[in-house]
Amino acid sequence: MATETLIWLIPLPPALAFFLIVLFTNRNKALSHTIAVGAAFLSWLGSMIVFVRALRVESLGENPFESSVNWLPTGDTWFRAGVLVDPLTAVTLFFVAWTVLMIFIYSVGYHNFGQPAGDHDHKGLPPHGATVDEHGHKHVVPSVEPLYSRFFAFIGLFAFGMFTLVVSDNLLTLFVGWEIMGLCSYLLIGFWYGKKSARDAAVKAFMTTRIGDVFMLLGIAYLYSVTGTLSFREIFTETTLRTLASIPSMVNGLSSAGLIGLLLFIGTIGKSAQFPLHVWLPDAMEGPTPVSAMIHAATMVSGGVYTAIRMFPLLSLDSTTMSIVAFIGAFTALFAATIALAQNDIKRVLAYSTISQLGFMIAALGIGAYVAAVFHLITHAFFKALLFLGSGSVIHGMEHGVLHTGKHDVDPQDMFNMGGLKNKMPITFWTFLIGGFALSGFPIVTAGFWSKDEILADAFAHNLPVFVTLAVAAFLTAFYTMRQITLTFLGEPRTKEAAHAHETPWTMTTPLVVLSVLAIGYGWIGIPEHFPLLGGLVPNWLHDFVGGTLAEHPEALEFNVVPLLTSLVVALGGLGLGYLMYRNVNSPAEDKLQLGFLKNKYYFDEIYDVVFIKPVTWFADKVVYQIMDKGFIDGILHLFGPGTQGIGDGIRNYFDLPVINKFFGDGSANATYFSGEKLRLAQTGRIQQYLMLALILFLAIGAALYFLIKV
Amino acid sequence: MVPLSWYLIFSAALFSVGLFGVLTRRNAVAILLGVELMLNSVNVNLAAFWRYGNVTDIAGQVFAIIVFAVAAAEVSVGLALVISIYRKRNTVIADDLDMLKF
Repeated sequence: MATETLIWLIPLPPALAFFLIVLFTNRNKALSHTIAVGAAFLSWLGSMIVFVRALRVESLGENPFESSVNWLPTGDTWFRAGVLVDPLTAVTLFFVAWTVLMIFIYSVGYHNFGQPAGDHDHKGLPPHGATVDEHGHKHVVPSVEPLYSRFFAFIGLFAFGMFTLVVSDNLLTLFVGWEIMGLCSYLLIGFWYGKKSARDAAVKAFMTTRIGDVFMLLGIAYLYSVTGTLSFREIFTETTLRTLASIPSMVNGLSSAGLIGLLLFIGTIGKSAQFPLHVWLPDAMEGPTPVSAMIHAATMVSGGVYTAIRMFPLLSLDSTTMSIVAFIGAFTALFAATIALAQNDIKRVLAYSTISQLGFMIAALGIGAYVAAVFHLITHAFFKALLFLGSGSVIHGMEHGVLHTGKHDVDPQDMFNMGGLKNKMPITFWTFLIGGFALSGFPIVTAGFWSKDEILADAFAHNLPVFVTLAVAAFLTAFYTMRQITLTFLGEPRTKEAAHAHETPWTMTTPLVVLSVLAIGYGWIGIPEHFPLLGGLVPNWLHDFVGGTLAEHPEALEFNVVPLLTSLVVALGGLGLGYLMYRNVNSPAEDKLQLGFLKNKYYFDEIYDVVFIKPVTWFADKVVYQIMDKGFIDGILHLFGPGTQGIGDGIRNYFDLPVINKFFGDGSANATYFSGEKLRLAQTGRIQQYLMLALILFLAIGAALYFLIKV
Repeated sequence: MVPLSWYLIFSAALFSVGLFGVLTRRNAVAILLGVELMLNSVNVNLAAFWRYGNVTDIAGQVFAIIVFAVAAAEVSVGLALVISIYRKRNTVIADDLDMLKF
């Protein structure tokens, strides 16, 4: 099949799976997940074929795979929509396809496929376990998710959104995929809609990202009004970019390129949960863990960064915009890392770590380190998906323990309830360790080291404040990662539930193993050429390949020993310190970092509540509801009500009753009755009288006609 | 040749006799007889007009023959009705047959 056709087909299977499951196979769990995983596999296969073919093309950046069709008529011309695979798309497609497939497979095990239905499970609530009778004694086992098929339908649609976003050749279809993911994240975060916290989180995620989306749409509209095109290949031509850079915008001191870039970047801030729109992401942990992995690693947040990277040629036109991007990224990286220090929920730590790592990418982009940002985006997707799925596996194992002891008030996500899971769940432990080390940037072995090192090296070369901020953030990252690993897996079990935790089924562990291989191996394709000892053993393939996306191929950095030493020190130092500090910590009280402002995320939720939500609800209640609606609108209505009623009464009493009813209604009936009464006398029943009458009438009419015609 | 008006006068007289009979006789059979007279006066008219008009156009003759046929049919139905009424009410006096009055 032609590569272009294949690219068109990549997003389709998950969408098809969504409709099939929703319309037909909703009741059949096995069929539903077969369709969904099969669809993910088809998309994976397509992506891999496209990826391999993309590798074979010489300078793919200049000759990408592209194909487009006329979509919307715009006057004399057409708005064209289509697909585009350049190096950036190719590598993104690679990690998206892998993580999506792994997450789909993992979901089968996560939702307890093959287990009995729960004793008292409700739709919209997590399963509570089922009692089974085995060898004469009863015990409780995990029960299957009541809305099993629905879950696979939603993640199918989600995958469709992501693939659409990745293969789009223009901002509009990219935005369509973007919004589909927004909807799906709402549906999936609120998947257990019976829980109030899940509902609130879903609404919060949707509303917060919406703020970004509106600005992004404004940016798209502005861009279209200036250039008349939304196609990446057309925007990123030299003439268009020069025009954009030279036209001043309505904001003082910013070129229109700068303003457009900023508006689009606000979209990324919302989607990729950057400061100050980061608040939705930690709450989004209310969703099932595969969803967390999907939203926070593989697809949605990556989609935000991917868009920013995609728009890099536009963003880089204006230095003000770039500084803002760099600042937001670096600030978020450090800010979120500090919050992660004091979180006790295993998934929340990962959520803040995600925000922080996305900050790394954004910061890299802001200082112009294009390739480093892409590199970290990919490696992060692998190891963060691995970590989320691993944490899901841990939670699953803990839930097993909770079902065993029957104490349902024990939170299976609280790290202080865990400990010693290393021996209980060896596969989960080793894969989680690999993911954690990759996140911390453990030297040489892990992919995270190479990508983070590249960002630090670029930052050192271009922007020292950003370098320092990111170095501190990287140190904190290693530290809280080790804290998490220590609290969860090392030491002795702190609760009976942890002691009875269980390794999870193969459907869950297989994705973990596959992702951990990628989390290690993917780093080797981006080893800098001048790295001591290892440099040059493997060519720095990633730099050449991804760098080819830009019209101006970025230069590889000269090797510098300072950032390398820094990244070694922060990674190893953070890991070591984390282990030493938390080796013997057994309860939150012994944890010295449980500071109020960190635990409460610098009170951002509260601040937003006071600054935005309270005034808005006050305004809605007092002004809109009481004054506008009840006073003004209802007042007008009350004015109309009696008025119309008076008119109605008048018409009824003075027109309807006397004229219509009395005169026409009763009158016509009376007249008919009266005339009938009188005329019936003419009906004598005597045939000769009738004939006589007929004769007389005939003569009369004849006479009349005769005289009339004569006259 | 006898002028046309003689036929017409004759026809009008015959018609009047028939009409008088229909309006005044109380016996239903006699009323039917009157109707026959009226029909035949029309036939005389038709035949006379044909003879004095365009002789090649035989519509007048044909019309007269159709009237015969209709009259025969009408009489047979009429007499059947009279007999039927007689069996039911034991009378053929028209004035007594006033079941349709108010």
